[in-house]
Amino acid sequence: MSALLELRDVTKTFGGLTAVNDVSFDVAEGSVVGLIGPNGAGKTTTFNVITGNHRADRGTIRFQDRSLVGMPTHRIVSLGIARTFQNIRLFQQLSALENVLAGRHCRTRAGLFAAMARPPGQAREEREAVARACSELAFVHLSDRTMELAKNLAYGNQRRLEIARALATDPKLLVLDEPAGGMNEQETDDLVQLIGKIRERGITVLLIEHDMTLVMRACEYIVVLEYGVKIAEGPPAAIQSNPKVIEAYLGTEEA
Amino acid sequence: MNRKLLASYALAAAVLAAAPFLLDAYWVDVLNSVGLYALLALSLNLILGDAGLFNMGQAAFYAVGAYVAAILSTRLHVPILWALPVSGLAAAAFAAVVARPVIHLRGDYLLIVTIGMGEIVRIALVNDVGGFTGGANGIFGIARPSVLGHRIRTPQDFFFLIWAFVALTVFLFHRLEQSRFGRALNYLREDEVAAEGSGVNTTRYKLMAFVLGAAWAGMTGSLYAAKMTIISPESFSFWESVLVFIIVILGGSGSIPGVIVGAFLVVGLPEIFRGFATARMLVFGLVMMVMMVFRTQGLLPFRPVRFKESDVPRPT
Repeated sequence: MSALLELRDVTKTFGGLTAVNDVSFDVAEGSVVGLIGPNGAGKTTTFNVITGNHRADRGTIRFQDRSLVGMPTHRIVSLGIARTFQNIRLFQQLSALENVLAGRHCRTRAGLFAAMARPPGQAREEREAVARACSELAFVHLSDRTMELAKNLAYGNQRRLEIARALATDPKLLVLDEPAGGMNEQETDDLVQLIGKIRERGITVLLIEHDMTLVMRACEYIVVLEYGVKIAEGPPAAIQSNPKVIEAYLGTEEA
Repeated sequence: MNRKLLASYALAAAVLAAAPFLLDAYWVDVLNSVGLYALLALSLNLILGDAGLFNMGQAAFYAVGAYVAAILSTRLHVPILWALPVSGLAAAAFAAVVARPVIHLRGDYLLIVTIGMGEIVRIALVNDVGGFTGGANGIFGIARPSVLGHRIRTPQDFFFLIWAFVALTVFLFHRLEQSRFGRALNYLREDEVAAEGSGVNTTRYKLMAFVLGAAWAGMTGSLYAAKMTIISPESFSFWESVLVFIIVILGGSGSIPGVIVGAFLVVGLPEIFRGFATARMLVFGLVMMVMMVFRTQGLLPFRPVRFKESDVPRPT
């Protein structure tokens, strides 16, 4: 399998703080990769650098052999990297359907003129976008909430709605920032199944997660960060027995 | 558009169409003012209500449109209604140039920049920059418009011209609201980071909201120039921008019918209370304060209803 996403020596500093320090790793096409580490390890910053929310100070990020450094976020989305946010960011006052349609935006064309004059192509494009958005809502089991305002959805459903919005962009790589955050056991189980289904669609998944059982069940490859530095990577079994990882999570005996 | 809203518009149109035949010239002229402010507020609503960008300099775009129309009319003798699209384009071009460097600013910062922009335009007009604007005296002798050989002169004539343009605007802006473009503006308002992260080019749409809002304010400016035949910088003061801002917030930010109701309230109410003489602005101020305390969402907080259950394809 070839690498879909390739990070090499990526560094990001904020003032005097080095949030991400010389981090390199690959995300193989078709895989589910987990990015783990204690709080403040630089996981979300790494995500933000990949998705263009932050610009890397040094290093290269390549997606399908294209450099992403300096590219605006919406361009990165249209290349095929979609994301969700750690603290859910939905369009609260809009319906679930309208939220998912946001994801279709970069795959549709209608502009100002089409909006006002409504040529026949525009109506077809709208119908297709709505149909696709509805099928993504069905995919995350939210069909019965189509018309509900995002703010009225239960927490777990809001997380799933965010995933549907990301899937609507036709991503090749889906980046999930703590998808199980705030979920109960049942919801987490459902999420593991959902990630499996996303993978069956041929979409590569990169996720940050604190819930270790989820990471071990869902991911086939894990990258561990601590204080902005990569301390380990490998398959789940190897990570679980890696002394550096255990130390990072539990502390050393002298400490 | 849903049936109830359509019926409300039909009723309002019927009542308005009868108004010039029932009211005296003074009150028809008040309705003309309401119409012009409704147009300005609808133009600002795209920027402030739909896209959530704080702009308190809408009078600048209004001024650019009015002055372009006035200059075309008095110097080049272009019929004023032919000047209407030109003044819209001029205001749009002006907005594109002015807004581009500041478009990344949010909320209060953008608000202050737009206030500055409005003041610069007004002061430039007072100082007769370029020798085209007539300084503090402004421009007079703007020709009356004519439609199909009929000269538009009386308040009644202008009533139909202005309100026909309001009707066209409402129609087009509702279509806009129901489109990919309209949704994109709403995504911006709700959460800019999430909009960008969902693939929306937020910079482009913010700029487009400004440009389109300015184009409409500019066209409204040329209608104003045609109606007044004299324009001067004091018609485009900071207070005008504030008034339009108030109409949008008070009427219901992001709501087309709300903004129109807001224009009636903000422009019409002080006229109705003219009997109170100076106390009327006190009443006006109190109404604004009470409104914002008890009804922050505005008079008619009408969120666009974009889809019905019947639009959703049922899984087979």
